[in-house]
Amino acid sequence: MIRDNFRVLVVDLSIGRGTIERVEGRDVHVGGSGLAAALFERYGQVDQPWNDPRQPIIFAIGPLTGYFPLMSKTVCAFKSPYHDQYAESHAGGRSALSLRFADLDALVVTGQAERPVCLSIGSQHLEIKDVHYLWGKDVGTTGKMLRRMFKGSGHRSILRIGLAGERGSAMAGINVDTYRHFGRLGGGAVMGAKNLKGIVIQGDGTFALPKGKEYAKLFQKVHLQLTDTEMMHKYHNLGTAANVAVLNGLKALPIRNLQQTTDPKIEAITGENFAERTLLRNTACSGCPVGCIHVGFVREKFMEPNQYFYRQVAYDYEPIFATGAMLGVIDPFAVLDILDTVEQTGLDVMSAGVALAWATEALEQGIIKEEDTLVPLRFGEAKIYTEAVRHLAAGSNAFYQLLAQGTAKAAGRYGGSEFACVLGQEMAGYATGEVYFVSQALGFRHSHLDSSGYSYDQKFEAIDPDDAVEFLVKDEQERVFLTSMVACLFARSVYKEELLAECLNSVGYDTLAETIPQVSQGLQRHRWQIRLSTGYDPTSIEIPKRFTDISTWKGSIDGKVLDRLRQKYAQKIVEMGRRETG
Amino acid sequence: MKILITPRMERCIGCHACSLACARLVHKRLSWDTAGIRILSSGGLSTGFEAKPCLACDPAPCAAACPTAAYSQRKGGGVVVKKSLCIRCGACDEACPVDAIYLDPTGEPFVCIHCGRCVPFCPHDCLELVDVPGTSGPTEEPKEAAS
Repeated sequence: MIRDNFRVLVVDLSIGRGTIERVEGRDVHVGGSGLAAALFERYGQVDQPWNDPRQPIIFAIGPLTGYFPLMSKTVCAFKSPYHDQYAESHAGGRSALSLRFADLDALVVTGQAERPVCLSIGSQHLEIKDVHYLWGKDVGTTGKMLRRMFKGSGHRSILRIGLAGERGSAMAGINVDTYRHFGRLGGGAVMGAKNLKGIVIQGDGTFALPKGKEYAKLFQKVHLQLTDTEMMHKYHNLGTAANVAVLNGLKALPIRNLQQTTDPKIEAITGENFAERTLLRNTACSGCPVGCIHVGFVREKFMEPNQYFYRQVAYDYEPIFATGAMLGVIDPFAVLDILDTVEQTGLDVMSAGVALAWATEALEQGIIKEEDTLVPLRFGEAKIYTEAVRHLAAGSNAFYQLLAQGTAKAAGRYGGSEFACVLGQEMAGYATGEVYFVSQALGFRHSHLDSSGYSYDQKFEAIDPDDAVEFLVKDEQERVFLTSMVACLFARSVYKEELLAECLNSVGYDTLAETIPQVSQGLQRHRWQIRLSTGYDPTSIEIPKRFTDISTWKGSIDGKVLDRLRQKYAQKIVEMGRRETG
Repeated sequence: MKILITPRMERCIGCHACSLACARLVHKRLSWDTAGIRILSSGGLSTGFEAKPCLACDPAPCAAACPTAAYSQRKGGGVVVKKSLCIRCGACDEACPVDAIYLDPTGEPFVCIHCGRCVPFCPHDCLELVDVPGTSGPTEEPKEAAS
């Protein structure tokens, strides 16, 4: 468990066998993001396409996973079908603790199975089971079947893909334990290309605790800090959905393909309204007492006079932004209905919502036709969007097949690039200003979680590009250490360097505890080196015109500042990713 | 005498904080399994969660089944386990009608000792340590902890 190397299970689906590998470098690669980068360097093919059977899909946890609260996430790394470069996507659920209790620091899957399979692993078993009969099944049905086929209810994690992953969509996510996802950048398609329908990780191992009383005492302290904070209140109460009203109030909520940044009608889909009208209950990732997952319900009358069924659908800020505000859908139940279809087809919700928002505007403008979209897309028409989601996941025609590879690709072919809301990938729900737009467009994961550019926008009236770039680099550096632990980033205000050092010390990673700043810098550089080695050129990233057409609470976006910031940050990334020579 | 009860499991969010606390504080292990209370989904995550706790039987079938007197009846319900007397036969597990005993791969049994150390870790107040009627008097310290 506490070891200075990494215990990695490497499974080759082509031969149906796995091996346990010992990988050195705990004090350098740490775990999570850092370990995934090291493993990609070892097993990845930087110059081969994402769907080359030899390419690995990597799931990595960190040195504190399971030992402390909210150390509850897993990093998934792969060569992405979205941009054919190295990528990371993060998720919680039970995946992290399942890997911990399966006694693995990482799982690496290479090769391609001959027929659809499910990989089942635990501390004492490895099985690759033929599940050809699940191919084509939706995410919910697949989950139910796998639950029945494999043992270990409650103490395992079930990862699976839907139709989108099977069809190779660059927007296909990996569903984790029903309510969490490795959503972005097409991890689902990587599993699909391997004929890997599901992964069941059974956490059936038991391990000794660190010696002495310090660990249990420190756990208690951290638990109290995490459950006493404002953060606990925010995420436990309304959850991230609280951001809907906040961003709408700030004029920073992308609405109707970012044609607007605020609208009084948004009141209907605020976190408050979702809680009041749709919330059934909260649930949690294993090892996290915060319980930020909010599960709502939709019911449908399928027969007169009063025959209903209901479905439970998890919501968060980002899904509400993507399938609500961005599509002009302002009824919470209609939002959940679209979300449920996204879930069942195995698409990433942000990508799907933003792509369909672009398609709607493109159809309005006559750039594309209804024979392309197959349904008459119109902002606010929820039922039509559920149909469009199915077409997008299935790749029903040439238009949807291209759109599923990314909105920018579709816009490149049909036109409308200027209003494609793409920042490296489909935007997340923050129209806060120049720093955020650049941070997502150029950032490592093209995620709102790479660094808090949106906070910088809110903190400073005027943007100094040099200062902002310094902030983004430093913030990313702190976050890459957290995502190497692997902490939930909601806990970032508690897990500061000093506390992380205490935690690492208490479980025996003394060297790491003393070298956090240097190690973080190394992790950041190494990750960028890997990304650049797979073809990323940050200087080539463009920010579509739509992002400079909008106004926020600060007024119009300053195109010149945006451009200077973009150039400077791109330059900095190139520097960070440069390999030492000689 | 007190016993652990799980009166509000409909509030459970599946964070496993109780199981992990029991494993950590009582049994000195990092585990989902080696705990006196274990949480599982009741037929998938969309159906909520169930706890697998000891129901504090009196008389306890597991104690009656134990052939080496490693298990003895605890006053107020439940059992006291002396692991030094346990021969890892698994009879306790077979006898338990509610699957409250976990046997690790060596056959070592783990069962709730009704100490209540899991209770404060539950964020939704699902668990409670309550007095057993008719057993008033000072609470006894649990005799059994980790092996």
